[in-house]
Amino acid sequence: MRYAYYPGCVAQGGAPELFQAMKLVGERLGFSLEHLKEAACTGAGVLQERDPELGDALNARTFAMAERRGLPIMTICSTCQGVMSQANHRLTKDANYREFINQYLKPEGLEYQGDVEIKHFMWVLVEDYGLDRLKEQVKRPLTGVALAPFYGCYVLRPTSQLGYDEHPERGTYLEQIITALGGVAVDFEGKSRCCGFPILTMNRDNSLKMAGKHLLDAKGQGADVMVTPCPLCHLNLDGQQPEAEKILKTQINLPVIHLPQMVGLALGLEPRAVGLNRHITSARRFAAKVPA
Amino acid sequence: MTTVNLKVKRYDPETKESRYQEYSIDVDENAALLDAIIAVREYQDPTLAVRCSCRSAICGSCGMRVNGHARLACKTKLAEIAPNGETVTVEPMGNMKPIKDLVTDMTAFWDKVKQIQPWLRAQQPPPDHEHIAKPDAMMDLAGTMNCIMCGCCVSDCASLEVDQNFIGPAALAKAYRFVGDPRETEQARDDRLKELSKYGGVWDCTHCFECVQVCPKDVAPMDRILDLRRTAMEAGYQDNYGAKHSNSFAKSVKNSGWLNEARVAVESFGVDDVSAQLKMLPTGVRALLRGKMPPLLHHKRPGSEHVKRIFQEMEND
Ligand code: FES
Repeated sequence: MRYAYYPGCVAQGGAPELFQAMKLVGERLGFSLEHLKEAACTGAGVLQERDPELGDALNARTFAMAERRGLPIMTICSTCQGVMSQANHRLTKDANYREFINQYLKPEGLEYQGDVEIKHFMWVLVEDYGLDRLKEQVKRPLTGVALAPFYGCYVLRPTSQLGYDEHPERGTYLEQIITALGGVAVDFEGKSRCCGFPILTMNRDNSLKMAGKHLLDAKGQGADVMVTPCPLCHLNLDGQQPEAEKILKTQINLPVIHLPQMVGLALGLEPRAVGLNRHITSARRFAAKVPA
Repeated sequence: MTTVNLKVKRYDPETKESRYQEYSIDVDENAALLDAIIAVREYQDPTLAVRCSCRSAICGSCGMRVNGHARLACKTKLAEIAPNGETVTVEPMGNMKPIKDLVTDMTAFWDKVKQIQPWLRAQQPPPDHEHIAKPDAMMDLAGTMNCIMCGCCVSDCASLEVDQNFIGPAALAKAYRFVGDPRETEQARDDRLKELSKYGGVWDCTHCFECVQVCPKDVAPMDRILDLRRTAMEAGYQDNYGAKHSNSFAKSVKNSGWLNEARVAVESFGVDDVSAQLKMLPTGVRALLRGKMPPLLHHKRPGSEHVKRIFQEMEND
């Protein structure tokens, strides 16, 4: 279980608890994660809309670094995953295009040959590690806890560029992981919708209405907590939750945690160790609900 | 023959109430969903309302939500969505009012298409001879010309769901068809980009890929919206939150290899936009109190000089 590790900007910036939780969970599960410290931001879709080729060059550079190590890439961010999958789709299907992009990598002595697999931790857990094996590692099952999955657009759409042909169940992995850890997966309409984060600075009201709607929806279906594999969704769903409450003129009070935090708790890590104390909406009540 | 189970959301315009009704009907193994709905209407329940015409994914009449996502019923094979006789949930398209059962009111849809003035504003007076458009330029538009105006993208649009003022994916993709047309005058193109950069325009798309996923004709409306953003910025329409965010983001990655979250948050509004900054302030304070404010002293990624070089080389090419 060796991976070239790509945590993404937010896990190394505004969501340090995610980085920390993944580190501890990786150790518990016996992952060997080689952090690609020189890799650039994926562009998060923002650079791609300015200049698609620039975005692809930055990502090809990251892929070339992993390829040189002979390792697949593991991410912990839905957005990074989606942007990299889309770039890889373009770079692998057209050798001429790859060659064109490779020109820009040459001065650094890098070249991407089109042979790297990129997998979100969520996909790694199900496809590489295996849920049966994960179940055996559970020390503290999430019995009786209602967890609402929230995927993030970039790991769901467009399916044609995210390996859904080969792995048609990727849109249900969060629920499968929740169940494997002993929890109850809450079904709600918003689980595959947009959190609103991409337009937070452009149309704040719309952005917060989206976040608030899905949080309320999950809560209405009985969720104790929401869990997401995307730190950008987390920034809106947790970081902006008090602001969404103001816009919607209602209390939400639903804690939102990162996927590795949920796994860590079930593996027996302490709530503080995985950074559950660092959320804007307190996760204390949820942590107390997890059987000791 | 095979048996299909449908759970149809019905709307009664007289009582203004919706309810689900279940049907079971035998259809051919190769039947499309629309075939099953028509069979129900013909043989079981003549009150069931559905809009359709070509039955060949051409006219765009039969858009509806199938198991939660917009699709053309005539292009949806039952063998694919319910291979083992699973119940198929069928609802009217979203972001539109139902008229009756599966028939929705598309007035707002057409109003938005009209809003972007879907016609060429070619040179006046007309030139002496025909305007020759290069094949390459027209190929770029071919995708948007495939649109059959079915409304599937609008149905599942996340931005429209919270704000009916958004022009929406179908009309914006249509706008790109004219902005990108070499026969459009420069003035007309500029006027369009200026208008589309305002509230309700291209920057209100939340980049969720719903429209790309559901479009039955591969128009990829969101990609066309992103093309419009780029074209508008290139044309100089940069005095808006969208362009400011984009510029700040690019500057941050170019200079350090990664995202300087704190700085981008401030620059996305402009330092002088006090009211916007004040709105974001509580979020910053809360993050600080939880020890998760992104570091104010932003360090460069090792190897970031190569990131900068790639930016520079590509900007110059
Ligand atoms: S009936 Fe014409 S598109 Fe379906």
